[in-house]
Amino acid sequence: MFGAVILGFYIVIALAAPWITPHDPYAQSLVRRLRPPVWAPNGSWTYVLGTDPFGRDYLSRLIYATRTALTVAAASALAAGLIGSTLGLAAGYFRGRVDQVISLIISTRLAFPSLLIALAVLQVAGSGLWIVVVVLGLTLWDRFAVVLRTAVMQISRQDYVLAARSFGSSHMRIMFKEIAPNVFGHFLVVFSYEAGQAVLAATALSFLGLGIQAPQPTWGLMMAEGRNWLLTNPWLIANAGIALMFLVLAMNLVGDGLRDILTPNEKV
Amino acid sequence: MSGLIGRKLAEAALVGLIVSFATFLLVNWTGDLAISLGGMQASKEELVKLRAAYGLDRPLLVQYVDWARRALSGDLGRSFFSQEDVLPLILSRLAVTSRLALAALLVGIATAAPLGILAAIYQGKWIDHLAQTIAALSQAMPSFWSGLLLILFFGVNLKILPISGNDDWTGYIMPALALGWFVFPIMLRLLRAGMVEALSADYVRTARAKGLDPKRIVLKHALRNAVLPVVSLAAVQFGQLLGGSVVVEAVFALPGVGQLAWNSIQRADFPVVQAVVLLVAMIFVVVNLIADIINGVLDPRIRRA
Repeated sequence: MFGAVILGFYIVIALAAPWITPHDPYAQSLVRRLRPPVWAPNGSWTYVLGTDPFGRDYLSRLIYATRTALTVAAASALAAGLIGSTLGLAAGYFRGRVDQVISLIISTRLAFPSLLIALAVLQVAGSGLWIVVVVLGLTLWDRFAVVLRTAVMQISRQDYVLAARSFGSSHMRIMFKEIAPNVFGHFLVVFSYEAGQAVLAATALSFLGLGIQAPQPTWGLMMAEGRNWLLTNPWLIANAGIALMFLVLAMNLVGDGLRDILTPNEKV
Repeated sequence: MSGLIGRKLAEAALVGLIVSFATFLLVNWTGDLAISLGGMQASKEELVKLRAAYGLDRPLLVQYVDWARRALSGDLGRSFFSQEDVLPLILSRLAVTSRLALAALLVGIATAAPLGILAAIYQGKWIDHLAQTIAALSQAMPSFWSGLLLILFFGVNLKILPISGNDDWTGYIMPALALGWFVFPIMLRLLRAGMVEALSADYVRTARAKGLDPKRIVLKHALRNAVLPVVSLAAVQFGQLLGGSVVVEAVFALPGVGQLAWNSIQRADFPVVQAVVLLVAMIFVVVNLIADIINGVLDPRIRRA
C-alpha cells in the first residue's frame, strides 16, 4: 500500500511536470549558480532546492528527471519482459531440448557482466533514451525467464492445459490463450522489481556520462554534475539520490505487495 | 558425487564456450577493428592491408578458433592504447578488485548473518521489522550514491578515512562498505527465509522436544540448512561484484579491473575490453561451479537430484 502511494505520487509528479515546475529546468544563469536549498543558510523560497552548477533550478530538474526515470523504467522492464517471458514460456512449456538450450542462454547471460556490456555498447552505439532502453532490455531479462519458466512448468501439466492439448489446440494457442494469462501475475511481480533495477542501472550509466545526454535532466547526471561540489554543496548529490531511492523503494514494495496478492504460495 | 561433478563440469564448459564466442562476436559487432588499428583517417587501401595483416579478412569462425586457441594459451592480445600484453595488465588490476569484492562480501555476510538469524527467531517482532526496513532501503540505494555519502561523512566531515586511492587497506574500507551495502539485502532476505523455514521443520521440533540447547538448535541444526542457498548466492555475488564494481571504483579512484575496463571502453581499446569481459565471465562460471560442488558436499539430497 505504502509503496503504491509513493509510486502514484511519482507518476502524478511526472505527468504534471510542465504545470508544477517553478522554473524552466533548462534555463542557465551564471549569476545564480549553486544557490543553497531553502533550509540552508542564505536559502530562499524562490529556489526551494537551490540551483545547480549551471544556475538551473534544482527542483525543476528533479521533477523533469522523474519523467525520464519513469519512462526508462517502464520501457526497459517491458522490453526485458518481452524477451524473458518469451524464453521462459517456451522453456517451461516445451521442456526437454528447448528447455536445455534456453537454460544455457540464461546461464550465459548471467555470466556476463551486464554493466560492462551496457557501457561498451552505449559507447559505440551512441546516446539517447531509447538506446538505453534497448540496452537495459537486453541485459535485464533473466529474472523474467527464470521465474516464468518455473511457473509455466507447474501450470503446463494441469488438467485444463492437457484438455486443450487433447482437443487439438496448437502450441501457440495453448501458450498464449491458456498459459500466458495464468502466469501474468508472475510477470507483474518481476516487472515491478525490474523497473526498479532499470532505474538504478540507468542512473549508474548516466552518472558515468553514458546514455541519456545533457542537458536532459536525469538523476545520475545531476549527481555527476554535483560531484565536484561534494564538499561545498553536498545536497546536489544527496537530493537526487533521495528522489531515486524512494522511487526504487516504492517499486520494490509494490513488487512485494503484488507477490503476496498474486502469487501467495511462492517465493519469487 | 562424481556424477554431479561431471555433469556440472560439462555444463560449465558449455557455458564457457558460449560465453567466449559471444564475447568474440560482441567486439566484432560493436566496432571495426581495422579502423581502431589504423585510425579514422586510414584510407580504404590501408584498411584492406590492415585486415590482411591481422587476419581480419578471414571467416568469423576461423578468426574465433584462432583467437580462442591463443586465449587458452594465455595470449589475449595487446592493448591498442599502451601496447602492453593484456593478460598481465588485467591480472595486476584483478588483485585490487578481488580484494574489494571479497571485502564487500564479508561486510554483507557479517551484517546479514546476525540480523537474518535474529529476524527469523523473532519473526514479526521489532527486530524483524527493523532488519527488513534496512534491507528495503539499502536495496533502493545505488552503491555509488552510498559511496559518495560515505565520502561525505567519513572522509570530509570526520576526516578519518582516505577519500580515494588504495595506498593501504584503509583505502578499501569505504568502497567495501558501499558495495557490501548492496550485497546485504539479498543475503539477509535469503538467510531469513531459510531460517524461518528451517526453524519450523520437523527435525528442529524433534530437537526441541529432546530438550537440546536452543542455541545449539539454531546454530547447528537450522543454520546448516539455511546457509546452503547463501553459499550459491555468495558465489553469484562475487562474480557480479567483479564486473559491477565499475562505478564504485570510479567514485573512489580505485585502480581495479572495473576502472581499467571503463577507461578502455572510453579509449575504444577493444582487446582489453574483450579480455576483461571474458575473464570476468569465466571467473563467474568457475566460482559458480565450485559453489555447486560445495552445495553437493553439504547437502546429500542435491547429489542425487
